[in-house]
Amino acid sequence: MKLTRKQKELGSRLWIYLAALVVSVICVFPFYNAILTSLRTGQDLFLTNYLPTTFHWENYVNALVENGVGLSLLNSFIVATVTVGVCLMVSITAAFALARVRFRGRKYILFTILCVSMFPQVAVLSGMFELVRFMGLYDSLGALILSYTTFSLPFTVWVLTTFMRSLPVELEEAAIVDGAGLWVIITKVFAPIMGPSLVTTGLLAFIGAWNEFMFALTFIISTENRTVPVAIGLLQGASQYELPWGNIMAASVVVTVPIIALVLIFQKRIVSGLTAGAVKG
Amino acid sequence: MNHNTESLLPAAAVAPTAAASAPAAPSGRKRSLQQRRARAAWVLVTPALVLLAAVAGWPLLRTLFYSFTDAALDTPEEYSFVGLANYLDFADGERFGVLADPLWWQAVWNTLWFTAASVSLELVFGMLLALLMNQKFRGQGLVRAAILVPWAIPTIVTAKMWGWMFHDQYGVINDLLTRLGLITEPLAWIAEPTLSMWAVVIADVWKTVPFMALMLLAALQMIPSDLYEAARVDGANAWQRFRRITLPLIMPAMIVALIFRVMDALRVFDLIYVLTSNSEATISISGYAREQMVSFQEMGAGSAASVLVFMMVAGIAACFLWINRFSHEGKESRE
Repeated sequence: MKLTRKQKELGSRLWIYLAALVVSVICVFPFYNAILTSLRTGQDLFLTNYLPTTFHWENYVNALVENGVGLSLLNSFIVATVTVGVCLMVSITAAFALARVRFRGRKYILFTILCVSMFPQVAVLSGMFELVRFMGLYDSLGALILSYTTFSLPFTVWVLTTFMRSLPVELEEAAIVDGAGLWVIITKVFAPIMGPSLVTTGLLAFIGAWNEFMFALTFIISTENRTVPVAIGLLQGASQYELPWGNIMAASVVVTVPIIALVLIFQKRIVSGLTAGAVKG
Repeated sequence: MNHNTESLLPAAAVAPTAAASAPAAPSGRKRSLQQRRARAAWVLVTPALVLLAAVAGWPLLRTLFYSFTDAALDTPEEYSFVGLANYLDFADGERFGVLADPLWWQAVWNTLWFTAASVSLELVFGMLLALLMNQKFRGQGLVRAAILVPWAIPTIVTAKMWGWMFHDQYGVINDLLTRLGLITEPLAWIAEPTLSMWAVVIADVWKTVPFMALMLLAALQMIPSDLYEAARVDGANAWQRFRRITLPLIMPAMIVALIFRVMDALRVFDLIYVLTSNSEATISISGYAREQMVSFQEMGAGSAASVLVFMMVAGIAACFLWINRFSHEGKESRE
């Protein structure tokens, strides 16, 4: 029996929905599992259950207050915000020049910036260590802001350049005809319409700095200066067999929820920011 | 060189800028405007370049410098030059240095294996996911939101979450596999050397497939749909349409996405460090370099390893660019 066109279409619909369901479950399940674990204590932790059984909030209190993840959240927030602020300020003018002005060496600058953004972090680790010590920033948040600029700045310049390029030429021509200089064009014409792109770029750079681990692990010693990834990475019980999984998962959830919320709110922009520059080829 | 930059920076080379697209009248005034703009451009770029030189160029040079010394991490100002001894040295018929350390070669192998396994799995799943997302169906927004979740979760959290799921006694992975009847007794995912690398790869693939899928999806959406209709009319089946239309048209985007992912995978550190505590079975080259430098306080040897990591990553990047140029040239000569 031959299937009618309608039946065939229905069949393929079914497959699509099935695939979509499987994908969604695989994507969300580990986080769901983390939430479940974070709400359990004692023996309950070690029952593998796929539905919530208990609702204990102690893990959250423990993680935030006793393990100091609350303070680490504040540190992470300060470090990421300052890094992003500095990088955006410097890169908006650079991006304008690189996207809008034709000058000798532009291509080489862009190529260099792309190369820097692909540096393995460990390659600058000992040099950065020396620089941080020389500037007296060891074991302070300043060390992290300085070192995060290494990978945030190339990123923000790169993405902003891509966004700048997509703006219409007429805007600028009109401003030139009106006698505006470069500085006026940047601050009065481009900066206002770049607002959304700045938010996107800033958000992506913020996530990058929020997640960084190697520099934070190496340049910070004292517990009160730790950022969140290090605080979670080093959260440990008395022995290897006593890992406080409930606390770890509670801390993980606390750190992740704001980022997921931001990403979902700015969904469309995030996707355009991620693909900027990479796909236009 | 030009080809390299053009293929990676397509818009930089192709997109008309304001100055370039203005009619190129050879009047003196026009040229002076352009010249003034070019000069101003350097002023605008300088702060970013200076900052980059300070936080990236200078530390990189110092790392290279320290790789030729015997400095220790706690006293970096007391050092003497040891030449290439940190890399490879012969004394009393024995070899020393990073290149003579079996653990270094283990790390190189681990890193290459990790990169090859996770990037190729990612490409396959990313492609499938992108094709799925490219279909129109109800609830698409929800699926898009769902696939952004793994991407948004910090790497450390990913490592901890999967570490818990891979727990040999209480982890859900073993539980699910047992329920499905695939295994009879729990597997020690993290402790077993042959399994731990797979655990790392699985966690990494889970986290990064969305990125790959979004890149490929953006490219897919730029393919005009009438191409498919024409092919359908000509009787091409789904596989032929994919092979002859989709694949060639998204190839450039795919190559760029692959380069990004390979570079990322080659410098992997945090996922492995947190998930498997830098055990020898999974240690990456970045992990090795950091261990020498921070755990053993050997700034010289650690810097030497860092330089080797840098050279390896740069070498592979250069290979990519070379292949990319090669394929571009091939295309041009065919046309």
